Amino acid sequence: MASKEPPTSRIELLQGTLDFIILQALRWGPCHGYGIVQLIRAQSRDVLQVETGSLYPALQRLVRQGAIATEWGTSSTNRRVRMYRLTARGRTRLAAERSRWEQLTEAIAGMMLPPAAEES
Amino acid sequence: MRILEWLPWVRARRTRELADELRAHLEMAEADRIARGETPAEAASNARREFGNVGLVQEIARDEWSRGGLWLERFAQDVHFAIRMLRRAPAFTTVVVLTIAIGVGATTAIFSVVNATLLHPLPYPHAEQLVRIEDDLVGLGARDIGMSTPEWRDLERSGVFDFVSPTWFDDNNLTGLQHAQRVGLLIVAPNYFALLGVKPQLGTGFSPGDETPGFNGQAVISDGLWKTAFGGDSEVLGRVVQLDSDSYHIVGVMPPGFQAPGRTREERGTQVWPAFGFAGAPLNQASVESRRSLFAGALGRVRSGLTVEEAQRRVDMLVRQLRQQFPADYPPASDWRVRLVPLKAAIVGDVREPLLFLFGAVVMVLLISCANVANLLLTRATARSRELALRQALGGAPSRLIRQLLTESILLSVLGGLAGILLLVGVKNTLVRFVPDGVPRVNEITIDWGVLLFAVVASISVGAIFGLAPALQIRGLDLIRALKLDGRGMTGSRAQNRTRRSLVVAEFALSLVLVSAAGLLVRSFWRLLEAPLGFDPQNVTVLRTRLPYPNDPKEDLYPTVGAEATFVREIIRRSMTLPGVTDVALGSGAAVPLDHPQQDQTLLRAILEGDIVHGEQPLFITGSEVTPEYFRLLDVPLHRGRLLDDFDTDSAPSVAVVNEAMARTYWPNTEALGKRMRLSSRSPAWTTVVGIVADARTESLASTSAPHIYVSLYQRQGKHLAIFVRGRFETGAIARAMREEIQRLNAALPVFGVHTLNETVSDSLAVRRLSLVLIASFAVTALLLAALGIYGVTSYLVAERTPEIGVRMALGASRGDVMRLVMAQGVRLAIMGASAGVVGALIVARLMSGLLFGVAAADPLTFAAALALLTSIAFAGCYLPARRALRVDPVMTLRA
Repeated sequence: MASKEPPTSRIELLQGTLDFIILQALRWGPCHGYGIVQLIRAQSRDVLQVETGSLYPALQRLVRQGAIATEWGTSSTNRRVRMYRLTARGRTRLAAERSRWEQLTEAIAGMMLPPAAEES
Repeated sequence: MRILEWLPWVRARRTRELADELRAHLEMAEADRIARGETPAEAASNARREFGNVGLVQEIARDEWSRGGLWLERFAQDVHFAIRMLRRAPAFTTVVVLTIAIGVGATTAIFSVVNATLLHPLPYPHAEQLVRIEDDLVGLGARDIGMSTPEWRDLERSGVFDFVSPTWFDDNNLTGLQHAQRVGLLIVAPNYFALLGVKPQLGTGFSPGDETPGFNGQAVISDGLWKTAFGGDSEVLGRVVQLDSDSYHIVGVMPPGFQAPGRTREERGTQVWPAFGFAGAPLNQASVESRRSLFAGALGRVRSGLTVEEAQRRVDMLVRQLRQQFPADYPPASDWRVRLVPLKAAIVGDVREPLLFLFGAVVMVLLISCANVANLLLTRATARSRELALRQALGGAPSRLIRQLLTESILLSVLGGLAGILLLVGVKNTLVRFVPDGVPRVNEITIDWGVLLFAVVASISVGAIFGLAPALQIRGLDLIRALKLDGRGMTGSRAQNRTRRSLVVAEFALSLVLVSAAGLLVRSFWRLLEAPLGFDPQNVTVLRTRLPYPNDPKEDLYPTVGAEATFVREIIRRSMTLPGVTDVALGSGAAVPLDHPQQDQTLLRAILEGDIVHGEQPLFITGSEVTPEYFRLLDVPLHRGRLLDDFDTDSAPSVAVVNEAMARTYWPNTEALGKRMRLSSRSPAWTTVVGIVADARTESLASTSAPHIYVSLYQRQGKHLAIFVRGRFETGAIARAMREEIQRLNAALPVFGVHTLNETVSDSLAVRRLSLVLIASFAVTALLLAALGIYGVTSYLVAERTPEIGVRMALGASRGDVMRLVMAQGVRLAIMGASAGVVGALIVARLMSGLLFGVAAADPLTFAAALALLTSIAFAGCYLPARRALRVDPVMTLRA
């Protein structure tokens, strides 16, 4: 039984990046677990596929740390579902993570460029 | 808030909510897929595959909570589940729990003895500062000869000790109560109790600074004597008691359980402590001032802040100074030294080695039982591999399953440990009764927190270590294969089989060590029993009495050899008239073979005529005073010269009979007959050797012969008397008759210590017999366990190879071939193990060489026998499974 999923090149998330991505996804407003997976997939143009086995533990962890809070809402299938939303502490943390992320990407981009310059 | 999360209903709600949430996730995914045009069935299966393992996700998510403290919940869950699993397999559980109970129970029993005797500090404050002070003459090979009053004073003044108290053990006749009673007496300096740091329960005791040179008339008594002789009377203080007709008044009663820290059973049983200044009557001025006039050893309390090693260095310095200052008293050839022995080592020194040996042996039994348990667990793990695979497939994280299996095995071992402790508590009093009297600190054996802790730690680590092997097998579990095979024809992985085999090999190796150690001990015991004694113990009864030795010579009823001789001859005359008695002899206590309580040991100081090596320096040689009938009565043959006779009295020249060992040792190349020696450094009279008798093993059955000098009781006094009676009579009746006769001569004389010589010979082997019985029972247990182990593994292998055996039989293998195939496999393991064990056994045998007699540590016969025994056990263990292999029906197995 071969997989029917398109063979996009998925990227294994870096350690610690998942929390950041979840916070980022929740920036647009409260959302349930399934919605978060869909959001991340859509925003990354199908590159980032979050495993449920990683998502739910991460959500539990973030709740415990106080970065997100839970409330009850209704899903599109019309059933009671748990929604997650950013807290004030989560927003602060998101800002901090974002600047860290920017530093990291800049650094990695910087490492990629010079060899190209040498080749020319 | 955290605390609330631990509440069960809070947890249950959270679990429910999480499950709900995950289900909603799946539903939404399905709905999306249907919206995208998939059929409902496709959508459901794809969504589920995309989601992954629901149980596992839930488990991992819940893990996240546990970091907050929910491990407790999970632990309770594991235990709960483990209990359910164990209850479902009662036979397995019982076998494992019993095996562990035996291992842990036996180990803990021996540990409680080790704990009480070797590990516990002595029951005195700052016991680590207490030492026994022993003087050696290294040059003469004499150990612990005792010290003199000037030496004691030197040590007291040295600044090394807070207190030094000489101790002199004796027994005494306590009179002035209803009947004469013999009591153990420890003559000590007034500072003795201050030194130990123990106060009496009644009274004030001695004042440590008391300077009275002689006896100050004060005595402290033990709790036991207080209760038996004085009925626990609280008015006992100030009462006057007569000891050997000297008067003492009681100034203290020691608390119950207090024991004198002695090296011998007698000294530990001290009932009366009189205070003595060691510098006055009954010692005369000359002996108080002489450095050569020795009394027994001493106890010391090393000054606080000083270690025993440092104290020893300072004492060594002092000894060097004294040797320079008094060269006549300490000639370089004798090499006088003073040794500080930590008090605990001095007390338990003799039992240390056998006890540690026993402990090692019992730990081996524990290990073997553990190996068996590990094997059982492995077999069970294989049988359960389908269950485990299923649980993994349903989302049981491997780490969680490992923890679950470990919980099961630890639960098993804790149950086993508890059963072992209960077993031990149940039989403790019986066990303690088995411990021979000679073992010190038996009264301190308890099952205390230390022992319980040991048992708990031992059983938990057993469970953890031996449960780990089967638990780790989970990692290698092939889920698909395990599930497909549906439990039929399941075989263990290669790694599992290897573990199983090595466990059996280890069991046989350990068993061989135990069996060969037991074999060596049995052979030693045998040798001891059949070795010629050198004397005839049949039909001989020994009774003891003791003549009083008052401090005031005017009170002495038997002041001279002549006076005592009259008394002795009268006892012999009267005893010979008793019915059944054929022969009677008397001797000093040291003349009794194989039974030398501390007060009876007599070291004669002998100066040999013409001894150019030692000159005027006396040699220390064991000796005893005997009446002429002694040699005839005990059947000790005369080799040369003559025996003592009735004419060797105080008016005749002094004579002695020596044994062959004495003649060999001190007159190696010349005839000992006619040689002369001085038996007291103060008296100038020479004693002539008139006869040489055969060696008899009177010191101990295990030591062939020590030099021994026999002198006539009619020429030299002995206060501790042993009466030897040979004849056909009932021991109790003769004891009563003898007591009557003796007390008719002197009503104040106690009669005690009635034994037949056969009993004495047997008692002298008590400690050996006990360790033999223990080791042998350990070895038997080990053999049973090893047999069980190999039986289990071979049965397992047969079950595993049933199809193969079927094929072989179908292809024409004979029953003999199949039998050989199975047997060879099991027996090979056993032989491998046993051969590996030989190396360990050789090492152990060397370590225990002190316990052996007449057998070489590397005795080939014993080792060959042990190997043969283990091999036959292996054959027996493999036989039943091999029989089962023969019943394999080729048709059935091939069809299956």
